[in-house]
Amino acid sequence: MAEAAGSVPRVAGGPAGWISVLIPAAIFAYLVQFVPRVGSGEVILWAYDWVPALGIRLSILLDGLSLTFALLISGIGALVTLYSTRYLGNHPEYPRFVLYLLAFMAGMLGLVLADNLIALFVFWEITTISSYLLIGFNSDEEKSRRSALQALLLTGTGGLALLAGMIMLGNVAGSFELSVILTQGDLIRAHPLYVPIVILFLAGAFTKSAQFPFHFWLPNAMAAPTPVSAYLHSATMVKAGVFLMARMNPALGSTDLWFWALVIAGGFTTVFASILAIRQTDIKQVLAYTTLMALGALTLFIGAGTADAIKAMMLFLVVHSLYKAALFLMIGIVDHETGTREAPILRGLGRKMPITFLGGALAAISMAGIPPFFGFIGKEFLYKAGLEMEVAMIWITGTIFAASVLMFAAAGIAVLRPFTGPLAETPKPPHEGPWPMWICPLILGVLSLGFGLFPDYAETWLIAPGTWAVYGDYSYEVDIYLFEEVNAAFILSLITFAVGAFVYAFHRPLRDWLGRVFAANPIKFDPGWDQVLDGLKALAHWQTRHLQSGVLQRYLFTIFATLGVLAAFTIWSREALAFQLDLAEELDGLLFKHWAVLLFITAGALLTALTSSRMTAIASLGVVGIGVALIFIMFSAPDVAITQLLVETLVVVLVAVAMLKLPHLEIREGHRDWRPWHAAVSVLVGVVSTLILIAVLQGDIDRRLTDYFEMASWPEAYGRNIVNVILVDFRALDTFGEIAVVVIAALAAYALLRGTHYARRKAPEEDEA
Amino acid sequence: MMNSLILNAATRLLVALLLLFSIYMLLRGHNLPGGGFIGGLVGATGFVLYAIAHGCGATRAALRVEPQAIAMVGLGIALAAGVFAAFFGDALFTGQWLFIGATEEDYGLPLSSVLVFDIGVYLVVFGSILTIVLALEEEV
Repeated sequence: MAEAAGSVPRVAGGPAGWISVLIPAAIFAYLVQFVPRVGSGEVILWAYDWVPALGIRLSILLDGLSLTFALLISGIGALVTLYSTRYLGNHPEYPRFVLYLLAFMAGMLGLVLADNLIALFVFWEITTISSYLLIGFNSDEEKSRRSALQALLLTGTGGLALLAGMIMLGNVAGSFELSVILTQGDLIRAHPLYVPIVILFLAGAFTKSAQFPFHFWLPNAMAAPTPVSAYLHSATMVKAGVFLMARMNPALGSTDLWFWALVIAGGFTTVFASILAIRQTDIKQVLAYTTLMALGALTLFIGAGTADAIKAMMLFLVVHSLYKAALFLMIGIVDHETGTREAPILRGLGRKMPITFLGGALAAISMAGIPPFFGFIGKEFLYKAGLEMEVAMIWITGTIFAASVLMFAAAGIAVLRPFTGPLAETPKPPHEGPWPMWICPLILGVLSLGFGLFPDYAETWLIAPGTWAVYGDYSYEVDIYLFEEVNAAFILSLITFAVGAFVYAFHRPLRDWLGRVFAANPIKFDPGWDQVLDGLKALAHWQTRHLQSGVLQRYLFTIFATLGVLAAFTIWSREALAFQLDLAEELDGLLFKHWAVLLFITAGALLTALTSSRMTAIASLGVVGIGVALIFIMFSAPDVAITQLLVETLVVVLVAVAMLKLPHLEIREGHRDWRPWHAAVSVLVGVVSTLILIAVLQGDIDRRLTDYFEMASWPEAYGRNIVNVILVDFRALDTFGEIAVVVIAALAAYALLRGTHYARRKAPEEDEA
Repeated sequence: MMNSLILNAATRLLVALLLLFSIYMLLRGHNLPGGGFIGGLVGATGFVLYAIAHGCGATRAALRVEPQAIAMVGLGIALAAGVFAAFFGDALFTGQWLFIGATEEDYGLPLSSVLVFDIGVYLVVFGSILTIVLALEEEV
């Protein structure tokens, strides 16, 4: 091994390696100092104005829930980065991996600590994107790319729903600060928007935490390197959805909708995932499905909502993070040192990898819920809370019972079988991993035992403040203990062990039978996802084919038809035609010169429509434009008139130049000269525009802006030409935007024209310039 | 390009007049009809006329600089005139004025960042139109 040869054992991976370990370790050490304050029920707030105009603040809310999460994120983060220095330290892209992992950690910490909903959303999306990058880290594998994209699209869609929900919630509560929102539960629950808010929040939380029917992305996400699976897809990120539900519980919880949505989705996910876990042969997949099961159980108990249920939820959250991260890291070592994760192949590794076995065994005993481990306490309190439910007691307790039985069996499949018995043949000869790897599951395993033996520390540091924050009542007395008396929960535990041992003993025939059952099942979520994507692509293709035909006439037809129909609808719906127009009186006011210009414009328009020569058409269109300019002059708008005249002149030149290339507008054989649809749209747009103009002139024009500019133009901007003063002074920023558009349009046209120019002549002619 | 003696002869005079007129329009814009946009259009018309009479090669030679460069420099000038206000603690694009030789009754000679901004607008319009027209003509 490398460090046996070197004199000083060092962390591999270069500076990226030790920096990546130091950062989370330092954050963890910093956060630990808040434990006593938060443990005594204090809520720490800190804020910095970020976008004050929109009420977006970078604010921190540190209570029991966020501190528990932040300690898990930074603590497990430090272990995972240490582990990665050896797991991936020799990978050529290792620094990139570290960058993604730290970006994720920052996002996750921000998410749990944010007090502002919008800030929370931004961090939420950072975790989505960094998760995408990490799942697809082995980007040369088709499977990794597909899984990464699937996770991104699913959680990203959920994120959008969440944003909509957050904006609604912010408007209902009158603040985007969680510390304010959480105190307004009664107001929010009584609001008509409550139901849509809950649905949108749950869409975000269920996709992120992989609740049924959005569960299928999580097992696929195991394509990521194992430290990532341990960290993101087990201990932290997938719990973001759980965090969100727990966080919002005081504001959105304790209604029938919340209760049943969480209890049904969580319970179903729990049972469904535990059965699928037994079916897997890849141990990492077994762990992935038991993670799904844990997420389901957490959702279930947030939904159940009693103080005992919330306490059990917080307890199980910590229990699960400790043992599941340890087991993932353990299977990573096995994979790294033997080259396989297949349960049927792995046997008898205990003698070759004793320390890994020790760490894994501690975690697995906790997972199986055997006393005196922390997992036993977690299971006991889940049972207790379930048995005390007044509603849905059978469903909740039964769910947890089934899940605990199958977890007991899964713990055996993941650790007992691979490490005991006779040594089997593996792709690489097995040997113990290096210390930065085996120490991580060992630390987590020891913690699982330590918190089990001394539950008071877990209670005062993490569970009690967390329960207060989620339950929203700081007077509730939290008490956890290893063993109280022989009660219903304890007896249920004993039954669990018996049934669990039975399932473990027969897990191989059971696995084969489940494989056959699921192979026959016609409803498959993962291929279904592909069908959804294919359908989406087909829709986009169909839509593009119809909207982007490439024929200019059709584009114009679509644009003007839409314009005409929408404007006509607006006129009709706003009853804009309810005016009395005295036509005779209006016409009476017209002078001879007005009639002359009208005739001029009408003649130009008619000629444009009827001519069969393009050149004539564009020239007569210019006549129309000049006629309009004359009208501007008559009604004293010289600026507009000058601009109109100049633009008309240049447009005629431009279009005429372009038209020189085109063939004559001949009437082809079989081509209809009379195009009724085009005529109809032309008439429609003309009539509608006329009606709008008349309607506008009938009403009183609001002169406040005009008056203001007339008054302020000279004293404030030293200019008498209001049009120009508005352009260059009052609204200079708008003008700047417009001229930027002009430049971009010119460059685009230039690129387009020169592109075809060069393509046609192959070699550019330099002497021309 | 058109082979017309009258056009050729008249263009030499007209282009000079149009350019002079365009600057006149630009400078008077703050108080009377005109301004950077109109000025730029008038100036571009002059060179378009020149291109019709003498061809694109001659026009590019007369311009000396690529028209797209003119447009981009114009955008830069407009931006600089806007950012200038920030040095005085004002919001972006706030007009900054200097009155040279101002007395009680008279404002004297007013110089302003607003005029610089308008010059930027002039150059953008001028350069953009010529970019498109010359590229189109050469393409044909």
